[in-house]
Amino acid sequence: MSSPESSPYNDTEAAEHGSPRKTEWPLWEIFIRGQHGLSHRHVGSLHAPDAEMAIKNARDVYTRRNEGVSIWAVEAAHIAASSPEEKGSLYEPSNDKVYRHPTFFDIPDEVGAM
Amino acid sequence: MYAQMIKSEASQEDPEALKAFQDRIDAGSKIEPKDWMPEGYRKTLIRQIGQHAHSEIVGQLPEGNWISRAPTLERKAILLAKVQDEAGHGLYLYCAAETLGVSRDQLTRDLLSGKMKYSSIFNYPTLTWADMGAVGWLVDGAAIMNQVPLQRTSYGPYARAMVRICKEESFHQRQGFDIMMKMANGTDAQRRMAQDALNRFWYPSLMMFGPSDKESVHSEQSMAWKIKMNTNDELRQKFVDQTAPQAEYLGLTVPDEHLKFNEESGHYDFSEPDWDEFFQVLKGNGPCNTERLAARNKAWDDGRWVREGLLAHAKKKRNAAIAAE
Ligand SMILES: [Fe+2]
Ligand SMILES: [Fe+2]
Repeated sequence: MSSPESSPYNDTEAAEHGSPRKTEWPLWEIFIRGQHGLSHRHVGSLHAPDAEMAIKNARDVYTRRNEGVSIWAVEAAHIAASSPEEKGSLYEPSNDKVYRHPTFFDIPDEVGAM
Repeated sequence: MYAQMIKSEASQEDPEALKAFQDRIDAGSKIEPKDWMPEGYRKTLIRQIGQHAHSEIVGQLPEGNWISRAPTLERKAILLAKVQDEAGHGLYLYCAAETLGVSRDQLTRDLLSGKMKYSSIFNYPTLTWADMGAVGWLVDGAAIMNQVPLQRTSYGPYARAMVRICKEESFHQRQGFDIMMKMANGTDAQRRMAQDALNRFWYPSLMMFGPSDKESVHSEQSMAWKIKMNTNDELRQKFVDQTAPQAEYLGLTVPDEHLKFNEESGHYDFSEPDWDEFFQVLKGNGPCNTERLAARNKAWDDGRWVREGLLAHAKKKRNAAIAAE
């Protein structure tokens, strides 16, 4: 239900992402394995006082329709992430090595599918 | 006012960075939390996503009103599942807003103090069971109109939340239409209830798209940033075009004597809602504004001992684990 609509109101106060105030439940990132044989995939985040509750809440928030067979909860503050500014230097080495991609090699048609 | 503020802030930002940002959006690439973004983009998104999240949460109240009085156990279970979905939608959206640097508790405090708004539709009462039909059919229907294009919005976390939400919304609209079909084909009294619900929810549903774009100050910038994908008037027209034949199917009359299919334009002509009423409700003078905010404040206050108790328990367990090592 509900939808955003245009109406004037003031801005909200900003807080640092991932560092809760004393009275706030910490933020957890939730990863779910959709089916057997697949890896866990990030689906979103939620607040919970501890890991046990994070998993219970994740069950209610992210798997109301059989979306998963396994849940991981990781406290957001413990996740290290690359920053977008590093994009170039971080990925360049692999971009150089085009031979990692199968299309780098010309296989004669006579050989057939490879 | 707000549009002005965006402008003055934007002018302090590096024009080259602004251009690169706009180019990325024009090229259809997604903006992610750690990417550079103009301050106006961030603030507009916090405001829009936060308001959307609040609407999902407050939107549970008018329907929650009927959970204990649903006519059958099956209807009760369906309504309960629907209302639970809305709680989930609120949580997905708060998470998306949090990636922009505002905390969920802060957003909640701003809702509770009345500083932030929620959709005006939830300030109308749900008087009969037929209202559960009208809400699902019309209110969720209007929300879907708004939300489907937002799956392509430029901000990654918002777009992904919208994808999840849209997957769940069609159940909401269908269960509402199903209630309307039952009522419209029922006894005379049930028919009258269905018609009455349509009469009361029609114009408030049209208002959900917001005032005409001619009066909307932040439309243009939001559309350039792909925070807003269609104009309010476009979406409202689409909604009327879709809904009018459905009302006809139900054998109910839309409370608008000017509603008529226009062969030339290929769209329905219809009457504008009463915008004075809209602004009054927005200001806090709708039939249920006080009740809704009071209910949210009470839930927050009554839940305080649970929030604090669980946090204390988690701390105790952590300390015990450290001591045992
Ligand atoms: Fe819904
Ligand atoms: Fe929803």
